[in-house]
Amino acid sequence: MPDDRIRRGPSRRQLLLGGAAAGAGAAVALGADRALASPGPTADTAGVNGDRVTPFHGPHQAGVTSSPGAHATYLAFDLLPATDRAGLERWLRLLSDDAARITQGRGALADLEPELAVRPAGLTATFGVGPAAVALAGAEAPAWLGPLPGYAIDRLEDRWSGGDLLVLLHGDDPTSISHLARMLVRDSRAYGELRWRQSGFRRAYGSDPQGTTMRNLFGQVDGSRNPGPGDPEFDAAVWARDDAPAWLAGGTSLVLRRIAMDLEGWDAVDVAGRENAVGRRLSDGAPLTGGGEHDDIDPEATGPNGFTVINPAAHAARARETDPARRIVRLSYSYDDDVEPGALDSLGRPAVSNVGLLFGSWQADVAAQYVPVQDRLAEADLMNTWTTPIGSAVFAVLPGCEQGGFVGETLF
Amino acid sequence: MRTRPRPYTRALATASALALAATLSSCASGASESADSLTLIDPWVKTAAADGMTAVFGTLENPTDADVTVTGASSDAAGMVELHEVVDGTMQEKDGGFTVPAGGELSLEPGGLHLMLMALPEDILAGEEITVTLELADGSTLEFTAPAKDFDGGNEDYEGDSMDADHGEMDMGSSADPSDG
Ligand code: HEM
Ligand SMILES: [Cu+2]
Repeated sequence: MPDDRIRRGPSRRQLLLGGAAAGAGAAVALGADRALASPGPTADTAGVNGDRVTPFHGPHQAGVTSSPGAHATYLAFDLLPATDRAGLERWLRLLSDDAARITQGRGALADLEPELAVRPAGLTATFGVGPAAVALAGAEAPAWLGPLPGYAIDRLEDRWSGGDLLVLLHGDDPTSISHLARMLVRDSRAYGELRWRQSGFRRAYGSDPQGTTMRNLFGQVDGSRNPGPGDPEFDAAVWARDDAPAWLAGGTSLVLRRIAMDLEGWDAVDVAGRENAVGRRLSDGAPLTGGGEHDDIDPEATGPNGFTVINPAAHAARARETDPARRIVRLSYSYDDDVEPGALDSLGRPAVSNVGLLFGSWQADVAAQYVPVQDRLAEADLMNTWTTPIGSAVFAVLPGCEQGGFVGETLF
Repeated sequence: MRTRPRPYTRALATASALALAATLSSCASGASESADSLTLIDPWVKTAAADGMTAVFGTLENPTDADVTVTGASSDAAGMVELHEVVDGTMQEKDGGFTVPAGGELSLEPGGLHLMLMALPEDILAGEEITVTLELADGSTLEFTAPAKDFDGGNEDYEGDSMDADHGEMDMGSSADPSDG
C-alpha cells in the first residue's frame, strides 16, 4: 500500500526527530508508532536482493530494458592502434562472455575472485560503439553517430568525453559492479585503452519504495515525466527505427553528458526561485500549475497577474516535448567526487564540492530527438545558471544477443 | 541441467549454465567409452606469443561410476601438449595422467594441474578460440574449444626447461598483446 506508507512516513520521521532531541523518549515513541500502524519496513535480513538476476540475453541489452540500479559505472575505451577488425570482434566476444557470466552470478573465465560475482543484485552490462569502432568493423554508421554540436554553455573536458567503445554497468551492488568492471578492463588490455571511467549513484536499494523517482543533488525530484521500461512511450522513443542500419535493429543510442552542479550558487536561491527554475515543486515534484508528481506542466496557465505560472524559461518548459517519437528517455545518476586540487567555486573561493549529474539519454535518433532539446536548453534554461556540461559522449547502443552469440555480432 | 557443483553457483543456476559449459564431442564411437561421459566445464587458455608455452585450464567432470583417466592431449595451436602438475612452485609432467574420480571432478587451475601447450606455432590472441583434443585411457578422445584470456598468473617454473635455466621464472604465457609489438 504505497498510500499507507506515504501517510505513515512523515509521522514516524517526526517521532524519530523528536526522539533524537528527547533522548530515551525516542525508543518509546517509535515503539508506540509501530504498535499502532501495520508492521513498518523491516531489515532485509535474508539478503534477498543480492540474488536478483537480470537475464543477460535477449533482443535488447538488459541495461536499457531494466529499471536503473542504485549504482552505475560507465567505462569508455579507445581502440589501440594495432586493433584490427578481427581483434575488435575478439574483444567484443570476451566482453560479452564476462558480462554474461558475472551478471548471472557466476565467475568469469580466468576469474580468481568468483566469490565477488555471487550477489549480482540486478547487475546489467550494456555495450555501445563510437564511430571509429563502427568504421573498423566495416559497417555503416548512422548519420547521428558523432560528437554533439558545440554549445555556448559547454565547458567540455577531453577526460570526460568521447570514446570508441562504451560499457554501462548498473545494479544495486557496487561490489559486483566493481568486479565486472575489473574483468572487462582486464580483458580489454590487448585491444583497447581505458579512456575514462565515471561512477554515479541513486538512493541505496531499499531506502525508497520501489519506483520512487530519484532526487538529484539539488534536491529536485528528477525523472517524473520520464517514460520507464515497459511504458509504450519508452519503446516509441528508444528503439532504432527503420532508417537505422540493420546492425542496430533492437539497439538505440546513448548520449552521456557529465553536468557539474554548482551547489554553492544553488544555496543562494530560495525555494520559490528554485521551483521557478524548473516549473515544479521541490517537495514532491508536482507541477507549479497543480496536479500530482507525474502530471504534465501547463505552460499556458496564467496566474492572477496575467503572467504564465510557469516561467517560459523554466527547465521543464524548455525541455518538454509532446511528440512521443521526439522524446528522449533519461537515465540519470548523481556523482559526488573528490574536490580537485586548486578548484574554485562559483564565488571564487576554494571549492568544497564536486558534484553533478551523469545525465544519460536513450533515443532512437540523436539528431531527431536529443539535439532539438539540447538546442532549446542551450538557448535558454534558467537551470543553466547552476549547471555546466563538462563531458559529452555519443554511442550507438548495440542490440542484445542470444546464448552462444555476443553483443556486437551484428556489426560483422 | 548442468551446474558446477559449488554452492554459490547452484543457488543461481540458470538455463545459461548449460550453454556456457564446454561443448565436447566424442571423436570415437561406441556406447560405453569414457569420452561419452567426461565433460570439461569453463575451459580457457592463457594468451601467449609464438614459440612460447602456455596452459589450458577448466574443470573436468565425470558423472559415471568409474574413474576416467586423461593420458594425453594434442592441439593445432601447439607443437606439443603435456599434462602437468605443479609441485613446490615448479611444474612437471604428471605421472599416470589426470584421473577424474568416479562421480567427481578434477580442477585444472593456475598453480595446479593444467594442460601445457608448448612450441606454439603462432600467437594465441586474447578472445581467440583454440581446439584441444584429450586422449583417454580407453583410447577414446574428446575435443573441446577454449577461449584465450590475458592473465597475469600461472607463471610457474618448468623443471623440464633446461634452456631457460638462467631465468628464475619461466613465463609460460607471455602476453601476445599486439600493442607490445
Ligand atoms: C544537471 C542538469 C539537469 C538537471 C539538474 C535537471 C533536472 C530536471 C528536473 C528537476 C526536471 C523535472 C522533473 C522531471 O520531469 O524529470 C527535469 C525535466 C526534464 N529534463 Fe532535465 N535536468 C538537467 C539536464 C537536462 C538535460 C541536459 C536535458 C536534455 C538535453 C534535460 C531534459 C529534460 C526533459 C526532457 C525533462 C522533462 C520535461 C517535461 O516533459 O516536463 N535535462 N530535469
Ligand atoms: Cu606446465
